Amino acid sequence: MTTLVIARLTFREAGRRKILLAALLLGLAYLVIYGLGFYFVDQDVNSSQFGPGLLELNQIHNFLFMAGLYVVNFLTVMMAVLTSVDTLSGEIASGTIQTLVSKPVQRWEIVFGKWLGFAGMLTFYLLLMAGGTIGLVYTISGYVAPNVLRGLGLLWMNAVLLLGVSLAGGAVLSTLANGVLVFGMFGIAFIGGWIEQIGSFIQNQTAVNVGIISSLLIPSEALWKRAAFEMQSPMVSALGFSPFTSASMPSTLMVGYGVVYAVLALLLAIMLFNRRDL
Amino acid sequence: MTDAPIIVTQKLKKEFGDKIAVADLTLEVGMGEVFGFLGPNGAGKTTAVKMLLGLISPTSGKGEVLNAALGDHKSRAKVGFLPEHFRFHDWLTAVEFLNLHGNLYHMPSDQLNKRVPELLELVGLGGHSQKKLGAFSKGMLQRIGLAQALLNDPVLVFLDEPTSGLDPVGRRLVRDIIRDLSERGTTVFLNSHLLSEVEITCHRVAFIRHGEVLLTSSLQNLVEGEITVEVRARGLGEEIVAGLSRWSQNVRADGEHLTLTLSGEADIPEINNYLVEQGVEIYAIRPQQLSLEDLFIEIVGTEGGL
Repeated sequence: MTTLVIARLTFREAGRRKILLAALLLGLAYLVIYGLGFYFVDQDVNSSQFGPGLLELNQIHNFLFMAGLYVVNFLTVMMAVLTSVDTLSGEIASGTIQTLVSKPVQRWEIVFGKWLGFAGMLTFYLLLMAGGTIGLVYTISGYVAPNVLRGLGLLWMNAVLLLGVSLAGGAVLSTLANGVLVFGMFGIAFIGGWIEQIGSFIQNQTAVNVGIISSLLIPSEALWKRAAFEMQSPMVSALGFSPFTSASMPSTLMVGYGVVYAVLALLLAIMLFNRRDL
Repeated sequence: MTDAPIIVTQKLKKEFGDKIAVADLTLEVGMGEVFGFLGPNGAGKTTAVKMLLGLISPTSGKGEVLNAALGDHKSRAKVGFLPEHFRFHDWLTAVEFLNLHGNLYHMPSDQLNKRVPELLELVGLGGHSQKKLGAFSKGMLQRIGLAQALLNDPVLVFLDEPTSGLDPVGRRLVRDIIRDLSERGTTVFLNSHLLSEVEITCHRVAFIRHGEVLLTSSLQNLVEGEITVEVRARGLGEEIVAGLSRWSQNVRADGEHLTLTLSGEADIPEINNYLVEQGVEIYAIRPQQLSLEDLFIEIVGTEGGL
């Protein structure tokens, strides 16, 4: 009951503070630009003098689709962090939290309610953006990437994982420090992911290990790489290297680690907020 | 009035790092009391209230509010709280704000639909129900905060400096509300350094400094202590003045002026009768009661809050 009240409040806040509006407008702008770009590239490829082979066309479509989802993943992660980075620390700093926590409610209900609200928003946002991308690609070219649902599930996990980290940080840190922490971790995962990718391409095991360690620190990039691996066309896999796909596939174990990590981040947020003097 | 205590604390202590905010909070507040918690700024009043509400966990010591251990969330269903820094979600309208907090009190919506307009009317915001809190003045925010604290018809209300943002009209409103709550048997825990409002509204007061309770007393006892009486009269012979020693060990006569210290105001009519019997012509008898402000300075000292 309380969690739902707080979740609704979180939604309402995003609406009132024009966060939803900005996200929707920019999301639509992305879809329009992406759709136009995809349309003209597709036209050009189809009308070229020799005409592409079927396999080549599939590869081009997959490349463009993955480029789109790469942006969707990035924007969803940004949404996850930027909407939630201030929610606990800001309310603690301003004191608005005091009248909430002094009600007959338990603190975990507040944290979980916020998590639910943001997770709901992220789900909606991801469905809109990824759904829009998939729909555009299909409408224009008739192409559907493999394992799309599995891929989207992993993107969702990624967003929710960072949401949990941002809530946990916000329970103890100031908004700015929390932002530095979460984006710093995201950056580590990002660069670690690339080191792993390149290491795997040039078959340097040390580089691969550096990537794995950074993924253990925070498995957000690993979830994206796995999602990209799931959705890439077999042709691209055979080619071995593409900026949006994965040469070194994160293991199923790493995906499981990501799920556990996301749950633990939420539990940590609850525990830290429980102990916090307000 | 003060049979069953509603708040009991024993040696509550709170340290933030090496700073001691509350050193030793031991007090009892009875059911139905209006309890004034007095002290200079930084004395630990707000920290004390936050510990009682479970917002801050004490470093040591223990306490009970409404027969439940500190921090028990269920007991807060009967508690109201207006924080010192009344900052609320400013993107909500007044009605939405009260509905939100009513929901957190688990109040059913038909009850809220009735209670919210009543409270807005009570705190003088009846005409601003659809206005966003972001457009509210400081005084209006404090009023809506007060309405929020009364939503659930609480048994116990904590008001932390409830008039700090209010003009004289608003202050009177808060006083009237406190008196009204008291008449209905609600216990009010009032944090304040505005002594006049405490003097008017409270039954009992505690003085706190450097996080320690220096004295707890009923206001009646405090104000009814030793008093000084000034008399202006003609015909004060030496014998007559000496006869006053029955009531006072401290008598000073200076022509028509007589100053004496009494143990209580009950002695005044007797002294009046005595002087009249002795044929003294009395022009004035003025008891000089210590004001709460004098007491405050006497008890807490003048170093003030930092």
